[in-house]
Amino acid sequence: MPLLRRGGRAGLGLLLPLVLAAGWEIAVATGAASGRLLPPPSRIGATLWALAVSGDLWMHVEATLIRVGLGFLCGAAAGIVAGALVATIPALRWLIDPSLQALRAVPSLAWVPLFILWFGILETPKVLLIAVGVFFPVYVGVSGAIASVDRKLVEVGRIFRLSRFALARRILLPAVLPATLVGLRTGLGLGFLFVVAAELMGASEGLGYLLVDGQQFSKPDQIVAAIIAFALVGKAADMALVTLTSPLTRWQDTVRDSL
Amino acid sequence: MAGSGLKWRAERGIVRRRDAHAMPARETPVLTVDDLSKIYADGTQALSGITLAVRQGEIVALIGGSGCGKTTLLRLIAGLDQATRGAVQVDGETIRAPHPSIGVVFQEPRLLPWLDVAGNVGFGLADLPRSERRTRVSRALERVGLAEHGGRWPRELSGGQQQRVAIARAFVAQPRVLLLDEPFSALDAFTRKGLHDQLLDLWAESKPTILIVTHDVGEAVTLADRVVVMRPRPGRLDETVAIGLARPREPVAATYEEAVRRVLAALDHSLRPAATKPPPTPETRASWW
Ligand SMILES: Nc1ncnc2c1ncn2[C@@H]1O[C@H](COP(=O)(O)OP(=O)(O)OP(=O)(O)O)[C@@H](O)[C@H]1O
Ligand SMILES: [Mg+2]
Repeated sequence: MPLLRRGGRAGLGLLLPLVLAAGWEIAVATGAASGRLLPPPSRIGATLWALAVSGDLWMHVEATLIRVGLGFLCGAAAGIVAGALVATIPALRWLIDPSLQALRAVPSLAWVPLFILWFGILETPKVLLIAVGVFFPVYVGVSGAIASVDRKLVEVGRIFRLSRFALARRILLPAVLPATLVGLRTGLGLGFLFVVAAELMGASEGLGYLLVDGQQFSKPDQIVAAIIAFALVGKAADMALVTLTSPLTRWQDTVRDSL
Repeated sequence: MAGSGLKWRAERGIVRRRDAHAMPARETPVLTVDDLSKIYADGTQALSGITLAVRQGEIVALIGGSGCGKTTLLRLIAGLDQATRGAVQVDGETIRAPHPSIGVVFQEPRLLPWLDVAGNVGFGLADLPRSERRTRVSRALERVGLAEHGGRWPRELSGGQQQRVAIARAFVAQPRVLLLDEPFSALDAFTRKGLHDQLLDLWAESKPTILIVTHDVGEAVTLADRVVVMRPRPGRLDETVAIGLARPREPVAATYEEAVRRVLAALDHSLRPAATKPPPTPETRASWW
């Protein structure tokens, strides 16, 4: 019954876009609108289909996914290490946290010219830009989670005389896992945000390239197709992350309900 | 006047401080607290010159107004905090950090939310072989009436069930001394009654020495062999009331009601201004031995 209700709600959410799409299709088909700047859904679908059949779509998706994946791995690893160090070593917190917080306030796109200057326009600056985007939410999530671990649960570990290592493994790690996963998830979302910026700075493949190409050659159907592909790939990556990590937070109701 | 007050208290089993916390001389105590004082970093003197000895298998209830240092005393005995002065010994061994002989049940269950009920009960048994751990855990769960609930998450349990898990977790490690800090204060009277019975059942099995903090006079009289009343600012021991009733104890029995009255009288006395009673001198402080 709850499943049915949830399915019903999801269906309701689809209603508005479907109605709008059908309306637009009809408007263009009856000549009420030209559809030159925004092609009707059928043309966008056809473009997507053609891209998929020719294999181009998969090439672009793959290029984008590799960039996001690499940037995500680097940014997440750096964020976890930095967050853990800053949360556990007070001297480091006073030394580097203020600088990181200041850097976090810099709008991400402001890095683009600098990265291009430093690393050229090939893959390095793209991956790095994505890594920067992923780093901050993970860093903030991990350091905040470690700093707010319940002292009362740590005392349970002390009562049973856990070693430092056992305390970290059996109490700190599980305690910070949910917030870390939330940080990773936010980071992945930002990774997809940043890959667009990275690919706009010049790429010969990738979904971002499809956007630029569509703009330069006035192909709005290709732009919308790329946007849809971005949405689908981003959603799929997010769902994959959630599915892979949800066994780790099975014990927690709040995280799962908010996913 | 003072003499008659003394007589009044003696009649009701309220013992003077000089021998208040003593016990039969031939028995060596399991737990000894010797001249324990605690001054917190902010200068608060939480405890002053606490001296107490508890023998094997004895149940002692600590009772007293809020802020008189009951939790502080338990934490010092558990080795979670360091005393400013004085020492705690269990079986002659000085306690400086948490010790395998000492188990603790806190006011809140403090279950680890990422472990299921069985995982929580077995948390302190990580060094045991898996099969032995499992048998011990399931026996403990049975004892607290949660045999069916080993696979559930703590959040799926009621407050009373969670506290039972916490009690099982402490007992399963077979401590010589078990410290309980208001373990039932968040529960309703009915649940509390059931938990008293279960606690006594568990106690009867291995007869650990128990020190339990409570605000509930009935709970103290139901559980304890001896009720020690504390007095605040700074926290120190006031009077001791011996209960001396056979178990199981029936709250409707006249002897029970009489014991409750004695504890209430002692508690009432501890809440009166300290001026009616001289502060402890070094000579009385060192007295119980
Ligand atoms: N960590 C601390 N730092 C400073 N002072 C503290 C600390 N913990 C307790 N105190 C103070 O020490 C005194 C005793 O506190 P404690 O918690 O031991 O009392 P209690 O008898 O357990 O009270 P309650 O019945 O309310 O639980 C209080 O005055 C309290 O404010
Ligand atoms: Mg307390």
